Amino acid sequence: MKPFDFQRADRLEHAAQLCADEGTRAIAGGTNLIDLMKLQVETPQTLVDIHRLPLGRIDDTDDGGLRIGALATNTATAVHERVRREYPLLARAILAGASQQLRNKATTGGNLCQRTRCYYFTNIDQPCNKREPGSGCGALKGVARLHAVLGTSDECIATYPGDMAVAMAALGAVVEIADAKGHTRNVPVRDFHCLPGDTPWRDNVLEDGEIITAVILPPPVAGRQLYRKVRERSSYAFAMVSVAAIVALEDGRFTRADLAFGGLAHKPWQDPRLSALLLGKEPSAKLFDEAADVLLDGAQSYGENAYKIPLARRTLTAVLAEATGMEL
Amino acid sequence: MSAHLKQDEPDTRNVLDGMEQGIIGQPLARPDGLAKVTGTAPYAAEYPVADCLEGVLVTAPFTRGEITAIDKASVLSMPGVVAVIDDERLTARAAQGTAGEAPEQPAREVGYFGQPIALVVAQSFEQARDAAKHLTFDYRADDLDDVPLDPETAGAEPQDGATRQGDLAQAMSAAAHSVDVTYTTEGHNSAAMEPHAAIAQWDGTKLTVHASLQMLNYNIAELADALGLQEEQVRLISRYVGGGFGSKLGISEETVAASIAAMELERPVRVVLSRQQVFQTIMRRSETKQRLRLSADKDGHLTGFGHEARVSQLPGETFAEPVLQSSEFLYAGENRLLQLEVARIHRMTAGSVRAPGEAVGMPALESAMDMLAQQVGIDPVELRLRNIPERHPSEGLPYSSRKLAECLEQGAKAFGWDSGARQPRQHRDGEWWIGTGMASAARVHNVAEARARVTLKPDGTALVETDMTDIGTGTYSIVGQVAGEMLGLPMDQVLVELGDTEFPRGPGSGGSWGASSIGSAVFVACEELRAKLASKAGVSTDELKLKDGGVVGGATLVELLDGEELSFEGHYEPGDIADDYTASGYGAFFAQVRVNRFTGETRVDRMLGAFGFGRVLNAKTARSQCLGGIVWSIGTALTESLLFDPVDGHVVNCDLAEYHVPVHRDVPDLEVIMVEERDPAASPIQAKGIGELGMCGGAAAIGNAIYNACGARVLSFPMTPDKVIAAMPD
Ligand SMILES: Cc1cc2nc3c(=O)[nH]c(=O)nc-3n(C[C@H](O)[C@H](O)[C@H](O)COP(=O)(O)OP(=O)(O)OC[C@H]3O[C@@H](n4cnc5c(N)ncnc54)[C@H](O)[C@@H]3O)c2cc1C
Ligand code: SF4
Repeated sequence: MKPFDFQRADRLEHAAQLCADEGTRAIAGGTNLIDLMKLQVETPQTLVDIHRLPLGRIDDTDDGGLRIGALATNTATAVHERVRREYPLLARAILAGASQQLRNKATTGGNLCQRTRCYYFTNIDQPCNKREPGSGCGALKGVARLHAVLGTSDECIATYPGDMAVAMAALGAVVEIADAKGHTRNVPVRDFHCLPGDTPWRDNVLEDGEIITAVILPPPVAGRQLYRKVRERSSYAFAMVSVAAIVALEDGRFTRADLAFGGLAHKPWQDPRLSALLLGKEPSAKLFDEAADVLLDGAQSYGENAYKIPLARRTLTAVLAEATGMEL
Repeated sequence: MSAHLKQDEPDTRNVLDGMEQGIIGQPLARPDGLAKVTGTAPYAAEYPVADCLEGVLVTAPFTRGEITAIDKASVLSMPGVVAVIDDERLTARAAQGTAGEAPEQPAREVGYFGQPIALVVAQSFEQARDAAKHLTFDYRADDLDDVPLDPETAGAEPQDGATRQGDLAQAMSAAAHSVDVTYTTEGHNSAAMEPHAAIAQWDGTKLTVHASLQMLNYNIAELADALGLQEEQVRLISRYVGGGFGSKLGISEETVAASIAAMELERPVRVVLSRQQVFQTIMRRSETKQRLRLSADKDGHLTGFGHEARVSQLPGETFAEPVLQSSEFLYAGENRLLQLEVARIHRMTAGSVRAPGEAVGMPALESAMDMLAQQVGIDPVELRLRNIPERHPSEGLPYSSRKLAECLEQGAKAFGWDSGARQPRQHRDGEWWIGTGMASAARVHNVAEARARVTLKPDGTALVETDMTDIGTGTYSIVGQVAGEMLGLPMDQVLVELGDTEFPRGPGSGGSWGASSIGSAVFVACEELRAKLASKAGVSTDELKLKDGGVVGGATLVELLDGEELSFEGHYEPGDIADDYTASGYGAFFAQVRVNRFTGETRVDRMLGAFGFGRVLNAKTARSQCLGGIVWSIGTALTESLLFDPVDGHVVNCDLAEYHVPVHRDVPDLEVIMVEERDPAASPIQAKGIGELGMCGGAAAIGNAIYNACGARVLSFPMTPDKVIAAMPD
């Protein structure tokens, strides 16, 4: 671990100003950042503790949605009464992640910004374009078991590993971001994370000096909400594949099919063609298969992660069957 | 005074059963339990040592080659840095269990990615860790095209000692039923909670090291040899060990490095491996590829038995995962072929990980047995019962004591095993297929030379001293119980001191031999003490009845001792009884699992193990060992696997987030049955090994249950969802 300065920010602008320096990182729960600092993967000059900022609240919004502060812990969000009742998908996704101890520390902002679990990214003796631009991608020829099958590039095939954001993407949530000048901008969760392209070091759209202040959930919608996370051990493991779904039927036909996928890409994966295909149709095994075809038509595997393609198909089928009450 | 027993004959006296105290076998709580759960039991790195420097190992970023120069100046001016140690005596690998001599030196010759090459010492741990990442050095790395990394394609040498009897190929082709199947298993890491750690102190003549080690009696010789010291100049202390599972059998790099640094700098030095370094540099269990050939007559009696296995190892190491160990004697079959071969590759050293051999050999064998039962069309329990041989099938030796049939029968009954026809996909619960499976358990019995001193104090209490370790298994308990039972003392009157080489040499913890070996040394000492007490009491030893600190109905020990202290060093040696009997622990596993028909995820619903391992010395600690073994069985079956980079051979999943041991939620209620047994040939206390048996076959019970649930016959452990869906019929 490299020696670093530690600063405490009392005001949002102050925090954002401090974070404008390259080499400065905000620290929230620290459950991801400190691990990476110990491994010398992250080597900030300065850490800015943002815990004194008033970002821990979870409040109703005027339009009936919910504003989850960037410093609300994952536990607080998952047990929040409205989240459990009206956005159960989010509660389930959070509870499917990490462990109770980690969730007690982990925050909304930190969770969105958590970095990939790619084995080569976390090992500084290995090449990695994300960690060290231009050094190559160790995973491409290596063990790509955790890696992406959608939206990859020749530079990087990593996944965004989290669960919470997958649910938020399906819910149509928006990330609220503030900068040092006091300006805020809102970015839909689905646009918050980037694809690796030829800038694999870029995980998301945050610019230096920007701080996440909240995630805003739109008013709840009718429909069944499911979060399905597939993994070899039943807790404390990242998703091999995960599916977040909000599904509604009327007269036996889909009236809502908001889907997002984890474990498949460098971001929570959404494909507008899926709901276009499903809406207005009657659920059937054949339709689910077509949906999987659409989802996976550009999928590419890299050795060890080939299983993700059939697994994504099967998991999508299982989720749609469960959501529509179909016996397959 | 000393007392010696070399066991050449079975001990059928069952002395312990004739004692009065009534604590042997009882499920007594651990005397060290309170200290452990309250955090007051110090582990190696936790001893408060004044003025202690901190060392962090630097590891090689290449696979094979040589460090040609180390630029110490690159870090010596960094804050807090005191020294860079690149001494010739630094070790490159851990010592194999019971090596008793220095492992591979010097560290600058690199044989695997991540090998320690130097130690950076600083005032604080953080400074040392930062500097370790900044140390620059020159090296010559061999072209990776010339470095064998893949056990599949690397050249392999057959091991000596193959068993060839009759004609297996002929038996296979003539058989009414046969199975010819190849299973693979993956590498494992011991993943003990406490990382490897040492604090070394040098006073100019003597080196004292607090370390996390399993076998101090061997470790002292290994360390002395590595450093060029006499054993008398070394003292090792390991009072508490936070799990070993084989990974601490031999000294590893941190202990040697801390010692060299302490001697050179004349200050105490602490070195703790990071979790990543534990994965990179400490022994792995070899991956295996195993071909099983079983042939049987129409009723399922084995006529041929073939088990051939390939394992891997670094060049220069003699250890080879003894995959075939229990296959040699477990089942009948006249025509036999058992052959092990070793591929030489440049991954970190392969060595003992809990139940070396059977941990992966038994799951493969027991999976093949399940396939045979299916072919013959009989209950898999019945298939096993039909093939329990009269004598060792190739050596002709009798079995010492064997409760395999009892375990199979009692286990099946308690589990509610359905012995009827077995077809996959008979039970479904929503998305989940439900099925059951079973397997036998076997693990060879080992004992080792052991010494312990037992002292009766004038106040009527006893003190037991030995350098034997307690690696979380319950040694403090069972040593106290043997002594207390023999001397008629309740547990709180027996003080047990372990883990210090100033005490008589114990056997160390490993190979499941700890309890029966050290228990026997204590027993031998206590027999002598009893003889002395008998003569003081004026009765024969056989008549001497001791309970609660005195002769039953007679004098107290305090009175008998009359101010005198009595002390004996018990010395137990295995003798040549092992040449006359095949001794092993046996058991049976039964599992019910559910397999998701879409995702292939497998969860264990319930599991039962029935075991026969001779006398149970403490029913609670013995049961805990069985539970732990079954948890490892679940890990072997479903989740645990070291992943190696195909390009440079480094282990990629080197932390507990990505190396998946089972979590609580993966472990359902487990039931353990311990079948009453005394094995007179195993040890004078009639006990056999317990610590490893619980994982010797259990993974197959789960794999067989997966097949029974959903029809997927997965030929590779662990059976992760990707493999299950690939094998699942439509
Ligand atoms: C063993 C283990 C298992 C895990 N399993 C899972 C899992 O199954 N599913 C899952 O989803 N997650 C899992 N996690 C990840 C965990 O959810 C994240 O570590 C956690 O959410 C990060 O939150 P934090 O507040 O601790 O972030 P920190 O570690 O404090 O910060 C992470 C990053 O976010 C930045 N950041 C934090 N807050 C802000 C802000 N307000 N604005 C801008 N930037 C900010 C930091 O600068 C840093 O770069 C696991 C973690 C571990 C260690
Ligand atoms: S996949 Fe991405 S994160 Fe992983 S090694 Fe390649 S570039 Fe680095």
